[in-house]
Amino acid sequence: MVVHAAVSRQEPATQTHSYWVLLGTALAISLGLSLVQRWSKSLRQWMGHMFPIIAAAVVLLTLWSVITSGFRWLPLPYFPSPAGILQSMIEDRALLFDSTWHSLLLLLGGYTLGVATALVTGVCIGWFDQARYWGMPALKLIGPIPATAWIPLAMVLSPSQTLSAVGLIALSVWFPVTMLTVSGIANTRASYLDVARTLGAGRGYLIFRVAVPAAMPSIFIGLFMGLGTSFLTLVVAETVGVKSGLGWYLSWAQGWAEYGKVYAALIIMAAFFSTIITVLFKLRDRVLVWQKGVIKW
Amino acid sequence: MVTITAPDVVREPSSLRARGVTKSFVAHGDSAVRTLALSDVSFSVEAGELVTIIGPSGCGKSTLLRLLAGLETLDAGELLVGNDPIAGPSAERGLVFQDPNLFPWLTVRGNIQAGLVARGVLHAKQRVVDVFMRLVGLEGFANAYPHHLSGGMAQRVALARALINHPRVLFMDEPLGALDTFTRMNLQDEVLRLWQMNRMTMLLVTHDIDEAIYMSDRIVIMTPRPGKIDKTVSVTLQRPRRRNSPEFLKLRGDILEHLHFAGKAPAVDPT
Repeated sequence: MVVHAAVSRQEPATQTHSYWVLLGTALAISLGLSLVQRWSKSLRQWMGHMFPIIAAAVVLLTLWSVITSGFRWLPLPYFPSPAGILQSMIEDRALLFDSTWHSLLLLLGGYTLGVATALVTGVCIGWFDQARYWGMPALKLIGPIPATAWIPLAMVLSPSQTLSAVGLIALSVWFPVTMLTVSGIANTRASYLDVARTLGAGRGYLIFRVAVPAAMPSIFIGLFMGLGTSFLTLVVAETVGVKSGLGWYLSWAQGWAEYGKVYAALIIMAAFFSTIITVLFKLRDRVLVWQKGVIKW
Repeated sequence: MVTITAPDVVREPSSLRARGVTKSFVAHGDSAVRTLALSDVSFSVEAGELVTIIGPSGCGKSTLLRLLAGLETLDAGELLVGNDPIAGPSAERGLVFQDPNLFPWLTVRGNIQAGLVARGVLHAKQRVVDVFMRLVGLEGFANAYPHHLSGGMAQRVALARALINHPRVLFMDEPLGALDTFTRMNLQDEVLRLWQMNRMTMLLVTHDIDEAIYMSDRIVIMTPRPGKIDKTVSVTLQRPRRRNSPEFLKLRGDILEHLHFAGKAPAVDPT
């Protein structure tokens, strides 16, 4: 805060006011916590654990302030100060919120569609020899094409930009999830299937109660990979086609040379994507609870 | 000790007949070369009998069990359960492997009731699951996952899972082979108790001669390459058997002698 006070004198007051509030809030929270931690052992442990990384973040933020608004070593407008970015975030909050919401809808739609299709094709190709004979070559041929390479075709073929974006995201998710579902199903330990057969299991039980659960760890690797490619496809699709979402906001802000907004969008994207990944991790921990102590990622 | 009479419809144990069973496998991916795993194997097991197959590795004893369980098809010969030829796997013929092969994604309870779920009768038999959990002494572990279990406990779960279907025949492929000596001896008694309680035919493959003598009514000795039946020994000792009685030790000595494992004879000077 002291540093901010020192460097921000050169800026107009309206632009730096909100950063004051942010820093003040952070300071108030940390002071509050340091008072409370006297009585709470678990909080004290948590704070002890988190202290180095929070301190590092504060130092980095301070350095950034010093370099940008302090010494002005970096050329404007490409490198705004943290205060400036916060200011553009607040000024444009309605549009940013709207963009995030549209991105979320697009991502969830495409991801869900892709995963659902991939699970069906993956289980079929992994289990049935006929499906593998015909499906594998197609998968190996079409799968590796980056989904974004389909953009020119998708724009022509699809009736709406949103629909084509959903399709592209689904396609980008479909390949890794299918591939790893196939591999998981096909590599089910034969002895599990033998045991199930001698217990009187029919085909349905063998597929859905032995092969699919046995393939779950592999399927989850596919889900994570698919999530990664879906982020990429989402941003590209929004940049070139769809007229909403964070990707669109990014290129729009860049068009106006408002780099504060570009950074604002990047920060929101980081929070947005890492939240989604965290949700998937939580789901994984729940579904693969039986692996606890076995997996380390 | 809990005394439980099986509450399910008890199936009568079945007899087993093998006549001229022959089975070969493709060797190392070269389809032209086939290794003969079993050659002209014939034997029979009476309903309710406990028979052990012993023999060195490579004698085809595991192959024979897989054929009987219906997991492999034979090249020549005939395999009958009761009067019916074996066409494929069935819940009437249970199989327990050396590796318990518990489904890691199911809890202990989930594993034990797997057979009921597979046959679509779980709803009608919820209570049976509890009975079998108690039967193998695992009431406290209903919600534990398999990787938390010791080897002995895992094998108990595998036993309960196989028994819950009330098989007419239970095949066991070296079920206690991976356990330490004390756990193994405990589980031998446990298996005997379950066998006597559940009225079923049991065919056990082992490489442990003591285990064979301690448990079975008859011992089938097999020799390798190709797998053949060498000799059948009846064990007439009263149960419970004593592992250190003179009769037990004599039988053990005879079998070791027969398998040429009694120990090297002192070298004779050729001159």
